[in-house]
Amino acid sequence: MIEFSLDGRSGVSPYLQVVQQVRQALRLGMLRKGDQLPTVKDVVARLAINPNTVLKAYRELERDGLVTARPGVGTFVTRSLTDASFAAHEPLRRELARWLTKARQAGLDEESIEALFSNSFRESARDIA
Amino acid sequence: MTAIVRADGLGKRYRGNWALSNCTLEIPAGSVSGLVGPNGAGKTTLLNLAVGMLAPTAGTIEVCGGRPGADAAQLAKVGYVAQDTPTYPGLTVAEHLRLGAHLNPRWDDAVAQSRVDRLGLDPGKRAGKLSGGQRAQLALTLGLAKRPDLLILDEPVSSLDPLARREFLQSLMEAVAEHELSVLLSSHVVSDLERVCDHLVVLVDSEVRVEGDVETLLNTHHRLTGPQRDTSRLPANQHLVSASHTDRQSTLVVRTEAPILDPAWTVGQLSLEDIVLAYMERAAPAGGVPKQATLEALR
Repeated sequence: MIEFSLDGRSGVSPYLQVVQQVRQALRLGMLRKGDQLPTVKDVVARLAINPNTVLKAYRELERDGLVTARPGVGTFVTRSLTDASFAAHEPLRRELARWLTKARQAGLDEESIEALFSNSFRESARDIA
Repeated sequence: MTAIVRADGLGKRYRGNWALSNCTLEIPAGSVSGLVGPNGAGKTTLLNLAVGMLAPTAGTIEVCGGRPGADAAQLAKVGYVAQDTPTYPGLTVAEHLRLGAHLNPRWDDAVAQSRVDRLGLDPGKRAGKLSGGQRAQLALTLGLAKRPDLLILDEPVSSLDPLARREFLQSLMEAVAEHELSVLLSSHVVSDLERVCDHLVVLVDSEVRVEGDVETLLNTHHRLTGPQRDTSRLPANQHLVSASHTDRQSTLVVRTEAPILDPAWTVGQLSLEDIVLAYMERAAPAGGVPKQATLEALR
């Protein structure tokens, strides 16, 4: 089971935040096929948000074929977003951590690291396209 | 869309003053609707008209398909938690529930009892001895156990501390999930409503300034920043909400369904609070412009 949280200053609407958090959990393997999502009542009681917001998020996830609602029982994960690449996550994460250490040792501050990363990210995305 | 509240040209005048005028709105069934506006904008007047405690001077209002306060059946459909979540200070929690059971034909004692248990309210304690948060929860319990189709709350959280405020809204949202009731609540604090509402009505100077689905409001309002320019020459599909200028720069809030194509503008997203404030600002222009003229210019 996962727990949702809301960032009031992100500018992303609450329903999209719920969708994104589920997708992220699916991608990181925190939610697997067969797992149950928190019930609408649990989510609204925790976050003090409108039930329709949660329903809308769950409906969108259902439309994307990621979850299925069983009336009176709950909402369950039907498909995971982890794929063959999931096995590569851990070594990549370690490599990235090493890279970050190197960048800090070279004297880059957080802002420079982020700028460097997003710049390289955009360039490589362009190369692929 | 079926409407739980439908007002058409609704107005209420006290002696010479219109507390609410020309109010036309449609609040969808099943929604949690927020009514926001500064103090004295006419929020309480509108709510009192919806429950039938006031009769309209002009126009019509229909609530749950009937005239507010028309008969016993109509009264049973609408719950009302008035301003400052009133309770009887001399009566105990248990006596409040007994009173509720006697006065309301649709009273659901199981709901009342389980809420009192869950909240840890001592049934023998007088309401006057409860904390502000507990008193508000007791008033909400009475409103919910009545099992209305529509629950109306007037500034329910304005006098509560942040924790009690959050707990109150959690209870309310839990009840909405459980009982599928519609809710209409007023507040002068938008941040209270941002999470809980899916429909919003902004009331300023006794008039409805904007009304709609929260998601739509967020998607159709934009902040445009760019070089100084004449706002009368905006594209026809951009509706100007507010504008401020320096000698070089203009900052506008516009409403439009279409994308912003002009490359001179930097387009920014607005929070619900920004949008509400933009509509409120129009009511208080700087520089002593006569009020009537301003209102005309807004149309």
